[in-house]
This record gives sequence, C-alpha cells and structure tokens, in this order.
Amino acid sequence: MHVVVITKSTPDKEAKITVNASGVVTWGDAQMVINPWDEYSVTEAILLKEAHGVKTTALAIGPEVHNDALKQALAMGVDEAVRVWDDGMEGQDSLGYANAAAAAIRKLGDVDLVLFGKEFMDVGTDAHIFQTARKLGWPMLGSYLKILSVDFAGKTISLDRLLEEGKQTVTSKLPAIASLAQDINEPKYPSFMGIRKASKATIPVWSSADLGIGEQALGNSAFVRTTAFANLPAWEGSVQIIDGTSDQDKADKLVARLIEEKIL
Amino acid sequence: MDFSLSEEHLMAQKMVRDFAQKEIYPTIKEYDRRQEMNPDVLPLMAKHGILGINIPVRYGGQGFDYLTLALACEELERVDTTLRVIMSVHVGLNSMALLQWGSEEQKQKYLVPQARGERYAAFCLTEPGAGSDVLSMQATARRQGDVYVLNGEKMWISLATKAHHFLVVARTANDKESHNLTAFIVTHDMKGVTTGDIHGKLGVRAGSTGWVAFSDVEVPVENRLGEEGEGFYVAMSCLDNGRYTVAAGAVGLIRACLEDSVKYAHSRTTFGKPIAEHQLIKQKIALMQQWYDAGKLLVMRSGWMKNMGQRNTRETSMAKWYATDHSVQAALEAIQVHGAYGFSDEYDVERYLRNAKGGVIYEGTSEIHQLMQADYALEFRHDRPLRRELPAYDAAFWQAEADKMPNR
Repeated sequence: MHVVVITKSTPDKEAKITVNASGVVTWGDAQMVINPWDEYSVTEAILLKEAHGVKTTALAIGPEVHNDALKQALAMGVDEAVRVWDDGMEGQDSLGYANAAAAAIRKLGDVDLVLFGKEFMDVGTDAHIFQTARKLGWPMLGSYLKILSVDFAGKTISLDRLLEEGKQTVTSKLPAIASLAQDINEPKYPSFMGIRKASKATIPVWSSADLGIGEQALGNSAFVRTTAFANLPAWEGSVQIIDGTSDQDKADKLVARLIEEKIL
Repeated sequence: MDFSLSEEHLMAQKMVRDFAQKEIYPTIKEYDRRQEMNPDVLPLMAKHGILGINIPVRYGGQGFDYLTLALACEELERVDTTLRVIMSVHVGLNSMALLQWGSEEQKQKYLVPQARGERYAAFCLTEPGAGSDVLSMQATARRQGDVYVLNGEKMWISLATKAHHFLVVARTANDKESHNLTAFIVTHDMKGVTTGDIHGKLGVRAGSTGWVAFSDVEVPVENRLGEEGEGFYVAMSCLDNGRYTVAAGAVGLIRACLEDSVKYAHSRTTFGKPIAEHQLIKQKIALMQQWYDAGKLLVMRSGWMKNMGQRNTRETSMAKWYATDHSVQAALEAIQVHGAYGFSDEYDVERYLRNAKGGVIYEGTSEIHQLMQADYALEFRHDRPLRRELPAYDAAFWQAEADKMPNR
C-alpha cells in the first residue's frame, strides 16, 4: 500500500513576479514555499497514512530548489521523498514532465494512488496531471472533493468530484491518479519532530538515465516552447467620490455614471 | 564567525510564522478590543509543541536549541505581543527554571506536562508594592514540618487565571537579605490559592494578566525549587531567560512596524508619488531597519551564549533594553508613517505601540537595565557562578528519544 504525492516549490505568494520577453518567469530572491495547493494533497496523503497505514512518498521533478517542498512534506509527516532531475531536463514542457513523473512512479513500483494538488500555482496549469495519468495508463480522477472510501487490498476507491454542474460520486480501480478540487481539508502544520527528520534527510535524486526515459523528458525535445511574452499593461486607476444630497441621489448619480461608462 | 541559521532553525521559524499568521492574526484585533484572551491560543500552541520548543525531548519538549526559542518569540510577537508573553512566562520564566534548578522528580512531575502543553505555567515574583525592588517583597513562607505555609499576593502575573503551575518566590526570613528568599512550585488547586484578571491595561489586551493570592497555602517541602534561601538567585536566573524571550519578541515587534510601514509606504501616495519616495519617510524606514538588525544581533548573541552554556546576564539585559526601547520607537515611527490611519485601529500599528510600552516596564524596566549596564562597565557588578547554571544546549541529550517518537 503506497500513496505518492507530487509536489514542487513555488515562490511565496508575496513574491514580486515578473516575466521577461522570452516568457521566463523570475521572482528575484523571494522565499520558495511548497506549492500552496500541495499543502492539501500532502495532508490527504498523511490522512490516508493515518487511516490505512500506507507508505507515503513525496515526489518532485525539478532542480534542487524543489527539495524545499519535499522537506516540507517530510516535516508534515510524509515517510520518504524522491526528486527527479538532471540538467538535460531544463526547459521540459508538461509532457516531458509527465514522462519523468510516470517513469518515477513506475520505478517506485508498488504505487496504489498518486495525488496532485489542484494545479501548480506558479505556472497556473494542471495539464501535467492528466498527461501523467495518460502516460501511466491509469484512471484520472480530477478535481475531487472527498475520498469516501478506499480499499487498498481490494484496489478500489470511491470519491466525490466537483463538476461545474454539481457533485459527482465515482468509483475507480486502483492504481489511479487523483487531483484535489481545491482547499478540501485543513492542512497539517509540520511538527517539530518532523522538521528535525526533514532537516537531516538526504533526498535521493533520480536522473533521466536512472529512469530510462531518455529524450522523452528532456528540455531540448520539448514539443511546446515559449517564443515570446508580453506582460499585461500596467493598470492605472483613479478615484472619484460622487457627491449628492442624499443616499438616493448619490446612488442615482452612480448608476447614471456606470451606464455612461457602459459598465451597466 | 558563522551568522547563518540551520535548515532546522529556518523550518521551525517558518512553522511558527505560518501558525501565528493563519491561526491567530485573523482574530487578534477582535480579542484585543474585547480585552479577552482567545481561548484557542494556549491549546493550539500546546498542540503544535510550541510550549516546549526548547525543552529536551526526554522532558516532554521538542528538543530544539535556545536560538529556536528566540526565533519563535520573534514570529509570535510579529503577530501579537500576547503570544510571546505566553512563551516568556510558560517557557522562559518557569519551564527553563525547572530545567535549570529542578530535581529529577520535579522535572518529571511538573516540567514534562508543561513542555507537552498539558499544564500551563506562570511566574510569581512581582507584588503590589514590590517590582524592581525585589527584596522588599512581603510574601512569606514559613516552614512547619513537611510544609511551607505561604501567604501573600502577587501582581501583574501573566496567565494568572490560566496557569496550573506557579513558580512563586517568597520570604523565608524577615530581614531584607537576598538569601532569605526561597522559590516554590505551587499548583492552582492547592487550598488557599485564588486568582483574578486585571483589565484596563494599555496594551497586551488579548492576553491574561492578573493577580495570585496565597492564604495559608501549605506547600510540600518537595515543591521547594532549589535550596532554602536560594530564591533570589533562582529568580534572577529566571529573568535571564524571561528577558531573552522579551528581547526576541521586541525584535519581532520592530519587524512588524518595519514590514507594515514598508507596505503602506509603497501604497500611499501624496504629492503625486508614493510616500516611500519621500526622504523623511525613508529615514523612518532606515531607522526601523537599523533597530531590527541591531536588536536581532544582540538577541542572537545572547542565544548563542545560552547554547554554549555561558553566563549571559549582561548580554541578555542589553538585548532586552535595546530591543524593547526601540520597539517603542519603531511603533511611534510606524504610526507616523501611517498618518491619521495609524492613529486608528483600522491598521495594526496603534496596537503595536500599546503593546510595546509594556516591554520597557516588565522584566526589568529600561532604567534598571541602564543601571545594570553601567554597573558592569564600572565594575561595580560581577556575576558569580550559580550552584546550578542553565545547561548548555547538547543536541544529543536534547534530542534523545526523539527518533522513537511518532510525529505529533
């Protein structure tokens, strides 16, 4: 019984992020934190560990900075952590990422369930989640709200999914990939004992050669490349206070002005 | 000289920061206005191990070092002084005293539940008529067979109505000599112990401050902390630890003033540009940064000395004096940066000022610390070795049994 949770480090939400003309995202020397959506998925993994005694592993694809997220996961209570990276992976697209993630999950060997947060906050995408499921050939249980039951011995899971139209209850065979809809639980804080364990941990790094994936995960074979980027024009606004003889008068003037500006 | 913090320090610091910001900050203004302590604060701090952060694992704590205690205090007071006050009395003034002076039996009976957060602890030294002049205290403890009979009243006691355990210093002989004070561990459920809260304080309004009265309280002899007549030295060593937490917290208060002022200075526009571009605003920001850096360095030096097992009475006094004095200055400047908005409780800086003022009064007024520093420099004052010194941080000893314990 083995649950894997995929994570990465992203800039702190207070970071001042800029994108240059080549589409390269920079955030200066801002502190890196665990992808905020992953606080919930890591917590889900730990709750499954507490309820079912499963082994939990945190997995990140990327350079050394992603050790921060892995150590946070260890401090929160995940059992083990693995990072996948070599310099050739620099510039990989989401498909390359999925190739690497799928290969690492296969190498772990006995995985029943892989959890993702809603998306990666820094790049604002969840494409890699679906691509990872496709590469593994496993069911993709996207946007779940709650795990209703899971039978690791019987290899089945039942959960509620969030749809635009409402809530959907599904069952699936395991192994499977599942991503969280949003902030569905109360994230666990790292424990001090967990912090000590994490700070002493040496996280193994698997290269593309270790995973036997070659060019499929490499940056220079990426299908999708960013060729240009333009930031949104800076927002400029002004404040106007609407005077009137009464609240009704002020409201009337406000409505008239909003109609004039074609806002209403 | 290595000024860097370890990964363990940084992760612990971040954990406490996240805890304070997410769990406490959203409601702090409401509790401050109501002059009530959020009832969830102590249980939450206990649950996350913060109340035993630097106590050895074998005594129920988390086994981190003295520097981590300072980092935690900084993060807690960054949000509100009342959080750091809890650390000052529960950890600095009480639990660390048990670690330093307690017998093994006392540690097992009182320190372990305190470090686990199952029992809360306070420190009873100040009296209605005895603050800086400790030796004029009136509380008495008369030995009668296997008990001491305790009488008197203690005032301005943080967690007075919340604590289960009190470290009480009382007079065991009538004359005004230091060797006639003795320290005791008193529990709230002993017959004759009564407590109450004090309201109408200028600051730390979301905290619990009160009085504790003792009326013919029979304290077993085995609850005496240290030897009879050793209470003055016990109390002064407690202050070395309490003042350390106060200093670290004041550094957090300065940081709060700095961070809030920087944010406001970037967003507020006057004369066609952000006020951050006005030179006199820059001066205030620069001063706050200077006070933060200097205060933090003084606290870290004190923490390093504690880790090394070195006596740090002078250095801790300097850190406390400097950091608290400048936290008041920083709060004044922060209000000035915020202008009229800083004068209202729409922003946090007015709370920072009200909270900062207490820090230059309790745990040795700024005037007491100036006298101490002068007396050290003039060689009127020398620290003599104590019978029991605060133990140096020994990671192997502090963390033993840690690996066998599950994550909490």
